[in-house]
Amino acid sequence: MAKLVYDKTGRLIFTKEMKKDYTILFPMMAKTHFNIIKNVFVHYGYKTVLLETDGPEIAQVGLKYVHNDTCYPAILVIGQMIHALQSGKYDVNKTALMITQTGGGCRASNYIHLLRKALVKAGFENVPVVSLNMSGLEKNSGFKITIPMLRRMAAGGLYGDLLMSLDNQVKPYEIHKGDSAALIDKWTDKLTEVLASGHGFTRKEIAMYLDSIAEDYSKIPIRKTPKVKVGIVGEIYVKYASLGNNNLEQFLYDQDCEINMPGILGFAMFKVDNRLEDYKLYGGSRAKYIVVKKLMNYLEELESMIISSQVKYGFHPITPYAHTKSLVKGIVGYGSKMGEGWLLTGEMLELAESGFPNIVCTQPFGCLPNHINGKGMIRQIKRVNNKANIVAIDYDPGAPRVNQENRIKLMLAVAKENLRDELENKEEKAETKTAKKVSVKAVKK
Amino acid sequence: MIKIGLDIGSTTVKCVALDENNNILYKTYERHYSQITNKISELLQKIRKEVPNADDALIAMSGSAGMGVADACGIDFIQEVYATRVAANTFIPKTDVVIELGGEDAKILFLSGGMEVRMNGSCAGGTGAFIDQMATLLNVPIEELNDLAEKHEKIYTIASRCGVFAKTDIQPLLNQGAKKTDVAASIFMAVVNQTIAGLAQGREITGNIVYLGGPLTFIPQLRAGFDKALKTTGICPENSLYYVALGSALCAEKKADLDNTIAKIEVYKGTGNFAFNKPLFQNQQELDAFRKRHASATVKRGELKNHSGNVFVGIDAGSTTVKGVVIDEKGTLLYSEYMSNSGNPVPIVKNFLTHIYEANPNIKITGSAVTGYGEEIIKNAFGIDYGIVETIAHLTAAKKFMPDVEFIIDIGGQDIKCFKIRGGVIDNIFLNEACSSGCGSFLQTFANALGYSAEEFSKLGLLARQPVDLGSRCTVFMNSSVKQAQKDGATIEDISAGLCLSVVKNALYKVIRVSSPRELGSKIVVQGGTFLNDAVLRAFEQEMGTNVIRPEISGLMGAYGAALYAKSLSDQKSTSTILTTQQLSVFQHEIKSVNCGGCSNNCRLTINTFSDGRKFIAGNRCERPVTKKSPDESMNIYQYKLKLLKGYQPQEGKRGKIGIPMGLNLFELLPFWHTFLTKLGFEVVTSPLSTRKLYLHGQQTIPSDTVCFPAKLMHGHIQWLLDNGITNIFYPCMSYNFDEKLGDNHYNCPVVAYYPEVIHANVSEIEKVQFFHEFVGIHRPKDFPKKIYIELQKYYGDITLKEVKEASKAAYSEYNTYLEKIRAYGENIVEKARSEGKEIIVLAGRPYHVDPEINHGIDKLITSFDVAIISEDIVSHHEKKKKTGVLNQWTYHSRMYAAAEYVSGYDDMNLVQLVSFGCGVDAITTDEVRAILERNGKIYTQIKIDEITNLGAVKIRLRSLLAATKQGKGQ
Repeated sequence: MAKLVYDKTGRLIFTKEMKKDYTILFPMMAKTHFNIIKNVFVHYGYKTVLLETDGPEIAQVGLKYVHNDTCYPAILVIGQMIHALQSGKYDVNKTALMITQTGGGCRASNYIHLLRKALVKAGFENVPVVSLNMSGLEKNSGFKITIPMLRRMAAGGLYGDLLMSLDNQVKPYEIHKGDSAALIDKWTDKLTEVLASGHGFTRKEIAMYLDSIAEDYSKIPIRKTPKVKVGIVGEIYVKYASLGNNNLEQFLYDQDCEINMPGILGFAMFKVDNRLEDYKLYGGSRAKYIVVKKLMNYLEELESMIISSQVKYGFHPITPYAHTKSLVKGIVGYGSKMGEGWLLTGEMLELAESGFPNIVCTQPFGCLPNHINGKGMIRQIKRVNNKANIVAIDYDPGAPRVNQENRIKLMLAVAKENLRDELENKEEKAETKTAKKVSVKAVKK
Repeated sequence: MIKIGLDIGSTTVKCVALDENNNILYKTYERHYSQITNKISELLQKIRKEVPNADDALIAMSGSAGMGVADACGIDFIQEVYATRVAANTFIPKTDVVIELGGEDAKILFLSGGMEVRMNGSCAGGTGAFIDQMATLLNVPIEELNDLAEKHEKIYTIASRCGVFAKTDIQPLLNQGAKKTDVAASIFMAVVNQTIAGLAQGREITGNIVYLGGPLTFIPQLRAGFDKALKTTGICPENSLYYVALGSALCAEKKADLDNTIAKIEVYKGTGNFAFNKPLFQNQQELDAFRKRHASATVKRGELKNHSGNVFVGIDAGSTTVKGVVIDEKGTLLYSEYMSNSGNPVPIVKNFLTHIYEANPNIKITGSAVTGYGEEIIKNAFGIDYGIVETIAHLTAAKKFMPDVEFIIDIGGQDIKCFKIRGGVIDNIFLNEACSSGCGSFLQTFANALGYSAEEFSKLGLLARQPVDLGSRCTVFMNSSVKQAQKDGATIEDISAGLCLSVVKNALYKVIRVSSPRELGSKIVVQGGTFLNDAVLRAFEQEMGTNVIRPEISGLMGAYGAALYAKSLSDQKSTSTILTTQQLSVFQHEIKSVNCGGCSNNCRLTINTFSDGRKFIAGNRCERPVTKKSPDESMNIYQYKLKLLKGYQPQEGKRGKIGIPMGLNLFELLPFWHTFLTKLGFEVVTSPLSTRKLYLHGQQTIPSDTVCFPAKLMHGHIQWLLDNGITNIFYPCMSYNFDEKLGDNHYNCPVVAYYPEVIHANVSEIEKVQFFHEFVGIHRPKDFPKKIYIELQKYYGDITLKEVKEASKAAYSEYNTYLEKIRAYGENIVEKARSEGKEIIVLAGRPYHVDPEINHGIDKLITSFDVAIISEDIVSHHEKKKKTGVLNQWTYHSRMYAAAEYVSGYDDMNLVQLVSFGCGVDAITTDEVRAILERNGKIYTQIKIDEITNLGAVKIRLRSLLAATKQGKGQ
């Protein structure tokens, strides 16, 4: 074990010594993104391991060490980490944990504190916890996110968004099963190499690699058949993590659906934009506003690069953040920023508008911001877009999967009926058209 | 071609066969007792025999329990709500709305004007199962429940959230002697309210309404309840039980060879993949050794018949059972009875006493004591000498078995009570919250549902190989988990063992929140009826990894403790005031219920009249209905706050009326906004204090059924303003609250911050008025006027910045004055209490817990114990920001941490935390407040509040706290 160093408040520090031989465990969320980002950490000398364990015992461990009424993601993430420490797979004297910390009025900003409480309870008080945050919340001498590292991570996230989006569009229609998955693997390896070699994170290179990815995907042979199109939105962890949502993506795929999951970039832009909105609503430092505005512009630029690559190779492009934002005007205020805030409402509107009216809104049981922006806004969303067919699903350690799937199936039954009607309408129109043509021809004769 | 539709529900299987013209050739409805596959193949075989040409029919399956079977057997699965819709469209084409209640599901289908389907969320639990549970509780068959309801006179308020909640409401009603007829009708009304509140979500239920499903078919009074609530007359069509089955038959597209299908169903065994725990016992030897070990914790027994010395009577009038014991001066157990409580404990105790007198007519009863839910009524009815709080009764009994006991856990029929003992004094109390209670009785209900007695059922699990892992959540969830496990091939033995494990896990991880046996100490006594069950006991030992003592009289401990307590207090020569043989023989008991009306709480009083004309009133929160005097409220800051808020009256202004809904953060901010708006020339009208009626009035527009009760109430307040013709409503969004420098940040919780958005999006009438729900930042006094001026301009163009600036100044100043006033008054209470030697309780919650409909008069209840009450905001400003183990970022919650620190400095102060059910933030704050208090050697007491109006559990907590404090000081 390395020497244990504490800061003034008594927090265990991740030291430089630890960086040398400690393994850092990090819970998996969005697979495509996290695999690439993890490799950035590895490249910078942090022995990072993404925890991909699953099974009911994880929730049980979580329930044992975390207040049972806390949100489900905290129970799972903390359960997963303690489960790993207890598994014997890692030398607990040489293991650290890493967890994201967002800050903000939601309970999620407390995960790291709940994790530390749980570690003490489980007898792992010597395991340091590293906060992964962009707000300078907690500092560690042995862990520092440098600007070059940040740029690589951002690029990794961006590639992840594109890969995920393309995979969702191609996988349901691919002729050779597994083509799309193979491309994700190929690009994860390739991008890891590229980022490690000091490339792939300037604007120019990003644009180039985004193009190559989209080009690669466009070459996968597909057969387009009419499928039910389902959007997935929700609290960020249960939305992306298969551990959190009982493998929702796979379930929908097995039900013969095409999925659309708005990307992580949008969420990042939302969090940055909140600072601008706070300034507008309540006042504050003009200088800070200008700096944040610049960052926002940069993110917008990255977003437009993804869109242009998708359009270039004939894919359904992601919806620009600015457009999503414009959709919620008059429905919910931009000040509603805790958790996923108004973005959640916006994403549902955006999905319904862009051909994905069937939506699964995922949330941990009793998620506070979701009362407002998820369930609370469904009525308004339906008013704006009467095609919207939304099912809100609660995830929690006691909620049986069968009930969740039954509810989703109800949404799908309605979706299938709508799809059938749509196709019939099209056929009818096509028939009347051909009939007209025939009659015209007949007249000509 | 024949079409067959199957509906595999949570408790029943329905099956229909249709001909080409959709005529029903065959139909059947049977309970499956969870033997799903057997039942299906049995039914299909019957159809094959009885319906000609059924051999190659089209077939489809539906129902919540049918999904896995359908997939495995290659039968098309039709989602059940969808099936209902198809059937309704076919058979009753003009239907507008379908309301369907099933074993565990509640559904509303809007068919006309934009099709929508609503199912109950995973929290709302079952409705049919709920009615079953309630019938069991009342000890009547369902049909009789209906007959009872028909004769009702009154409707009681029963929480309409989930079965477990309702149970905690009903039990005290029964214990207090409410009539079964009224309770039965109230149960149905609760189901009606639950369905409407949970599922309508702002959409009106009008037009042609069709009732479907088992409960609505079999229970006319339930239909009557819906008719009444919806002000309409719905129809319950012929075949109302079969709509899902009919729908799936109509949707059937796949031809199936019936023989082949039957063969497939018969071999279907589920996936065999369910999570399980290790067996309770590896083999019979282990079980024998275990039984032998526990057989040694006995109590000395004697004969009552010929006993000539002084004896003491102890009675434990529990929620589902009544226990009575007679002991001698050495604690020898002379007589005991363990009786099931079918609603009213009075006749049961009467029988018990009669039996004693019969057994020994010359008995010398020197002292008697009663404990448990029925304490008050039994004490009054039979002249029992002492009433004692359950926790003390159990501790007294446990000490008899293990004088240095460190931890006691009691799992009864409905509640879990645990307490840590330090130095012989109760140091910490854990009671189950309303949401996880009912564990013991749940085992029973479940056993019955599966066709076993509770005893048989629990024995099944002892040698189970793979006890199902059902988690540690609320019992309603377990129902579904059990079904899932059954589908995956778990045996009845595995399920029995699994349920016992769940009871234990619930107690350990939900109630006590323990993570290792170390925390509980090594000297543990377990008791309560549920621990008589060997499987539960073993599960407990296994989960804790330690051996414990279960007294042989485990189920009688409360009564035994009460008897010991009576013994310790009784002078040997004195005689008990308990009714004599003669008095008992003429004993009569009549029950009448009335509304108090003495104050805004409007308590539903139950007046018990006994044979000698004595009266006992139950259901009251304060002494007013008994003494006819107003209670002294001078030592109650909650009442003072209400009085101050009442002072903010409308003042006529040039801009006309503007309404403020009195809920959530507006409680504390009323002085601020009232002044601000009055200065701007508005006449500020506030909605009245919440009432049940006001709540029900707004419940149709609540979009999320799991949000906290205070937020739900907001819909009622807004509705009140709308109904009263207010055309301007002011309810701003606030991410941030005032920065009181006690935390790392000063947020409002997400619900408080953004609830105006929910109102805007879900109350359709709000569009007709000017609804100011913009974001404002009162935390930045300098920027505030400029910013709110811009927002106000959107609504009231003629307001000037100068006006706004002046109004802001006055508002901030008034808010400070208000704070100063309550603080000064609070300090006075503290001083006065100290001079009179009274205990002081800091009743810590949120500002809106002042609302009597939210706190259910808990403040008055506390003052009735002769203690003074202040609130967290009275003392928080004395503290400086301290390091907390959590991110301290919400203004209201920072105050609680500060108050906990402050209280720790005074011997005569204790903190009681009010927690709203469903408040996510409190999952974090409760642990932290507890940690602060315990670090400083204080007892932590938490009261969870919701729609429930049952104060029984609250009383136990408070009395235990006060008793423990007293005992602690005595040492």
